[in-house]
Amino acid sequence: MNSILNLSRREFLQAAGGLALGFYLPQSLAQSGPGKTVSTDLANAFSPNAFIRISPDNTVTVIVKHLEMGQGTYTGLPTLVAEELDADWSQIRAEGAPADAKRYNNLFWGEAQGTGGSTALANSYEQLRKAGAAARAMMVAAAAEQWQVPASEINVSKGIVSSKNKKATFGELAANAAKQPVPADVKLKDPKDFILIGKPAARTDARAKSNGSAIFTQDVKLPGMLTAVVLHPPRFGAKLKSFDASKAKQIKGVEQVVAFSTPATNGVAVLAKDYWSAKKGRDALSAEWDESAAFRRGSSDIMNEYKNLAIKPGLSARKDGNADEALKAAAKTLEASYEFPYLAHASMEPMNCVVKLDGGGCEIWNGEQFHTVDQAAVAKLLGLAPGQVRINQLYAGGSFGRRANPKSDFLLEAAAIAKALNRAAPVKLVWGREDDMRAGFYRPMYYHTLKAGLDAQGNLTAWKHVIVGQSILTGTAFEPMMVKNGIDGTSVEGAANLPYAIPNLAVELHTPRIDVPVQWWRSVGSTHTAFATECFLDEIAREAKKDPFELRRSLLGKHPRHKTALELAAQKAGWGNPKKGVSRGIAVHESFNTIVAQVVEVSRKDAAVKIERVICAVDCGVAVNPNIIAMQMESGIGFGLSAALSGAITLKDGIVEQSNFHDYPVLRMNQMPKIEVFIVPSKEKPTGVGEPGTPVIAPALANAILAMQGKPIRALPMSSQGVTFV
Amino acid sequence: MISLSVNGKLVQADADDNTPLLWVLRDYLDMTGTKFGCGMALCGACTVHVDGKPTRSCVTPASAVAGKQIVTVEQIGETRVGRAVQAAWAAENVPQCGYCQSGQVMAATALLAAIPSPSDADIDAAMSGNICRCATYPRIRAAIKRAAKEAGMKSKEQA
Repeated sequence: MNSILNLSRREFLQAAGGLALGFYLPQSLAQSGPGKTVSTDLANAFSPNAFIRISPDNTVTVIVKHLEMGQGTYTGLPTLVAEELDADWSQIRAEGAPADAKRYNNLFWGEAQGTGGSTALANSYEQLRKAGAAARAMMVAAAAEQWQVPASEINVSKGIVSSKNKKATFGELAANAAKQPVPADVKLKDPKDFILIGKPAARTDARAKSNGSAIFTQDVKLPGMLTAVVLHPPRFGAKLKSFDASKAKQIKGVEQVVAFSTPATNGVAVLAKDYWSAKKGRDALSAEWDESAAFRRGSSDIMNEYKNLAIKPGLSARKDGNADEALKAAAKTLEASYEFPYLAHASMEPMNCVVKLDGGGCEIWNGEQFHTVDQAAVAKLLGLAPGQVRINQLYAGGSFGRRANPKSDFLLEAAAIAKALNRAAPVKLVWGREDDMRAGFYRPMYYHTLKAGLDAQGNLTAWKHVIVGQSILTGTAFEPMMVKNGIDGTSVEGAANLPYAIPNLAVELHTPRIDVPVQWWRSVGSTHTAFATECFLDEIAREAKKDPFELRRSLLGKHPRHKTALELAAQKAGWGNPKKGVSRGIAVHESFNTIVAQVVEVSRKDAAVKIERVICAVDCGVAVNPNIIAMQMESGIGFGLSAALSGAITLKDGIVEQSNFHDYPVLRMNQMPKIEVFIVPSKEKPTGVGEPGTPVIAPALANAILAMQGKPIRALPMSSQGVTFV
Repeated sequence: MISLSVNGKLVQADADDNTPLLWVLRDYLDMTGTKFGCGMALCGACTVHVDGKPTRSCVTPASAVAGKQIVTVEQIGETRVGRAVQAAWAAENVPQCGYCQSGQVMAATALLAAIPSPSDADIDAAMSGNICRCATYPRIRAAIKRAAKEAGMKSKEQA
């Protein structure tokens, strides 16, 4: 059988030899109109800053600068191009962009390319519409020239350019369109004229992902490639002292055994032509580790340290009025603490990466989320210039943040192994599930304490929130930009910007150093701040004998978008109309500029809780694809439920206690509730939907359980609190 | 050397007898549609059919399925039910990251082959071994029901 060869795009084009004639529109051209883009020289035609390729076969390929990891970028971003181009959706294709921050940067991140913070569609909204509009203008100009009619008499609809009795497809006009001047400025459609935006365009990747033909990093095979399976140290911070590969080398198929060390990881790699031989070889290795600097603490010990810190004053992340004084003056005070464990991302595709070293530098195949960071890190490790590290974008089998690793951990590991082989063979690094789950870079543990003061009428007068937990950003390239006055913004997001009108409000942060690698995890700080703030608010409502929905409404006067989302969720759930045997909980939270409100309905089934239904309202500005928004809300809710019900990574004497899905259980089909999603109509610019569905479900669920059994849940996962689900 | 019947063809692989079927398919036969997720039959990403039964290929030694009919996601669209399932998957926009979906499609096809019109409880029972971290479960459920309807109509037409 043939090997699967994932050639680089450039090689593919050269091999295609002129068939893929087309034209490119630089991203910036729509803004500044630099030179023409046309060429029959394909190497040059595929110049950077390009988002569109229109081929003689009438396909329109949209070059997507963001990773498709499930969140729908390969559908949402092409929709923006297709809308302004007036293309037919059936002719649209999506293709991943190469690593090139000058041309494919995330506009919200400066000159850095990458995907995260639910920014993909938001930062592309005008950029890709302008690219589509410019392409349309060039199509029209080509037709006008060819038919000798004024441009004003030419229509474009569903991929057909027409004027009176003349018509042509994009494919027929592509060559001539490429010769037209690039318009300096283009007019975008009035939103009332949108044809595709606001409609549920079908996903471009649905078929390939249903018949096994979609290519992930795991599926890449290059001639002569070896698969690397690695032995990592048992504890974070341990270093390889020595290893014995004699038994590993006796395993049939094992070709090489090499040690590796990078700024992120170290260990021993066993290489074979296939995974199974390499894994057997890895399992036969023995190694000694220098554990003098190894991390040897346990989760309960860490949590105790956090609890001791929480009683001391922390760094101020927000201070309105004087919360301490207001608490002293309050008629009634409440206090609660909330505990959160480490969480693994556990994407279905364990981390992996393919690296090939050659005369020109290094070529990588990856579900790439952090192009610029990874390029720089790999270049440094290999002594190359960043531009010599070429990255081919593949589908990622999930990520939830993990593939945007600030230390480039698995990429560096693959590069170091390839280097250790003296460039002899391309290397596919494959982590098993256990390697993936024990490699660290978890959502950090956190401990929160909250105090509230009520006046004699039950009004909320004081709120003091203390957060304790590791910083995600400290020690990364982002520290100088994103850690201000000792406050890591990702530790307090969702808490420091609490929307409720409370006159005396303080948020403080303690950031202990714990040598467990941590990282952003779908919705980042909101994974814990939403739970602590929204659960505490329900405890306050209970104490003040107020309805949790009405209390929130009364405090959201200055945040109409929160209020509208909250009201929509409540209305659709029938809040206020009791249902027999059903208890409801509500929560609202903003993350990444998108506001999500959810109502959860639960019932009791013997000793267990049944989640009957989740109603979700979302305000994400203009709804580019309502179907993908609903999918992302469902997905975020399912992901949040995994963590709420049973997700926990725990350490004992520095050893990670979990290894696979038997001891790190995740949500399955039988546990997934019915979900109804409602989108708040909006004319605001679109904001992201990949993450904001996640943080709201756990507090909404906990509040429903509080309503049902009168007892608050103050630690996650709920399984650790004796709550079981059917 | 292992001899297997995969997707109706006799194939040979120079792998040890105890090599799991998953790795024979992926690394020796270059059929990468079947995915590696956990290696312990906990997630279902590696599901194939062996004599029509959904089977976790990551824990099935290749030698144990010699002489049996192995069908993978690359071929399942050639069956009436498999074709209906894949069409329903696209119609319902089921996949997100897509990595687990080969296994989901194989599990769903086996379910519909055994129970042409499954209840929600049947779907839970047949599909809860297949993890989807994107939680596409509601759309998988809808797609199974759609496929059941379409395949049922097709089989009536044929009859």
